[in-house]
Amino acid sequence: MGTDQDPERAAQPPARLTRRQVLASALATVGGLTATVLAAGQEAPADPTKVQGLPPGDAAGRRSPFVRLTREAGWTFWSYTPLGNIDGIITPSDLHYEVHHAGAAVVDPNRWTLTIHGMVERPIVLNLDDLRRFPSVSRIAFLECSANSPFSWRSSASPQDTAENLVGLTSCSLWTGVAVSTLLREVGVKAGAKWALAEGSDAALMTRSIPIEKLMSDAMVAYGQNGEPLRIAQGFPARLLLPGWEGNANVKWLRRLELADAPFMHKEETGSYTDPMPDGKVRQFTFVMEARSIITSPSGGQALPDRGFYEIRGLAWSGRGRIRRVEVSTDGGGAWLPATLDEPVLPMAHTRFRFPWKWNGSEVVLESRAIDETGYVQPTRAQLVKVRGTGSIYHYNGIQCWRVTRDGKVTNANA
Amino acid sequence: MAKSRTPMRELTRQIALVAGAILFAVSSTQAGDQGPLGIGRPPTPQELSRFAAFSVRPDGRGLPAGRGTAVEGKAVYVAKCASCHGPTGKEGGKTGNRMTPPLVDTRPFKVGVTNATVGNYWPYSTTIWDFIHRAMPFNHPGTLSNDEIYAVTAYLLHANGLIGERDVVDAHSLPKVRMPNRDAFVPDPRPDVP
Repeated sequence: MGTDQDPERAAQPPARLTRRQVLASALATVGGLTATVLAAGQEAPADPTKVQGLPPGDAAGRRSPFVRLTREAGWTFWSYTPLGNIDGIITPSDLHYEVHHAGAAVVDPNRWTLTIHGMVERPIVLNLDDLRRFPSVSRIAFLECSANSPFSWRSSASPQDTAENLVGLTSCSLWTGVAVSTLLREVGVKAGAKWALAEGSDAALMTRSIPIEKLMSDAMVAYGQNGEPLRIAQGFPARLLLPGWEGNANVKWLRRLELADAPFMHKEETGSYTDPMPDGKVRQFTFVMEARSIITSPSGGQALPDRGFYEIRGLAWSGRGRIRRVEVSTDGGGAWLPATLDEPVLPMAHTRFRFPWKWNGSEVVLESRAIDETGYVQPTRAQLVKVRGTGSIYHYNGIQCWRVTRDGKVTNANA
Repeated sequence: MAKSRTPMRELTRQIALVAGAILFAVSSTQAGDQGPLGIGRPPTPQELSRFAAFSVRPDGRGLPAGRGTAVEGKAVYVAKCASCHGPTGKEGGKTGNRMTPPLVDTRPFKVGVTNATVGNYWPYSTTIWDFIHRAMPFNHPGTLSNDEIYAVTAYLLHANGLIGERDVVDAHSLPKVRMPNRDAFVPDPRPDVP
């Protein structure tokens, strides 16, 4: 059976695979992976209409071994969603970006509990079955690391940058769980409680103080992601979800909510995730992720094989609500034309935009800017730096420009 | 590009948000029922006391019994911290400032000029105790005694020029150490650009 002995078949790349994907299938072969699914997938017959396919089961449920979709390794603590290689607005769960402070905690759901205490009438301990008994809610929401593009502030970007390594710390999922307002009604919040400490059960016992207004409006203790339990990297068995707010405040492996009269001023809201400004002030509790967009195709590292028609595609999102409009410029910021927004266009969710374009073979700069329902317009890097300087590594949301050179290569024009 | 967030618009938006929150609260109470659903169980006193020392606050609430001085803390620092943060804490570690930051800089924090450290950047002294307690040492979190944490906190405060070498740091004295960057912290003023 082995196609490894059949060089002719092995040498036939399926049509329309991207360079990255072809590379992936080659790697799979070189790596000598013995998993059944890979061996079976690699045996793609010359004519699949003439042989029986895979039986129902795990092998057929997996990604085709011809498709290589992985989170690009980032820095020590994080990995990126491969924005340039996914479609639509839902990020496959295993490709959701991850940032950890002490590794991704592996938690036994049978030993996990969530305690809600502090300034409440009836403190409670919930196990996972308890949590799932509460009325459930589901919503689609993006999560974005507050340090998504830490190096763009100081312009240490490189022409070789990709959509992944510049903006890959954003992802979007369908989250299912219990509204925090439901849980707080269960315990009865005492007068004077204004904040809650959210604490994770990772090795950093990660904490953030969260204002009660957010907890009472749209916050969720999520146990489901895209129809299945949370992935380990997303906080299995349960995490806090604060739609539109910086990722780190969405505490993973959540073990405790303690209601209090004031913020606890722990490390991740003082020493980290604060924004030093040119005037010496330091902004604190900068929770909301402001409107942003990124063209994911064509984007850095990709190449246009020929002149002619292309659909410019990308993602836009805002922590303040819905995306109202995305505008695209194909002449380096001269003219801005509206892109088509694909439904659904949801508040605090990735929104897919598309823009038809014909490349005439000359060097061009492509860029997009998001406008959200509050009227906020995504700024340029220069506008951001003029106000905030370059002292922070957080909350960068500047317009990303891609340069298409005459040979079709796409590079980071912000570098 | 015209900025549409005028003060009046912002006010209207905030009123709408508040109104929405009230409506939500009212409707959820009505949908809810006649009170708690009765799911879950009360925590035991033991469970709550286990959390107590992880609820440290700037005013000292949550700090447990124990004590230490910089002199005592130096030995703890050298044994447990120096491999990542450098021999004295000024140096930082080999894997860079984000992973293994320097902890000591007696100069005022200035963007692009001095390192942000627990001494010149962090606004509250209690945060130092809390973070060591919850997350350090990185390779063995949760292994230091409360006395050791007080002592190494004292070492760091002294090395940053904020207390004396023999000053006793405990639940009573620690919240009184005033950090130099405390007044720099301001609430979120965004949207601020363009």
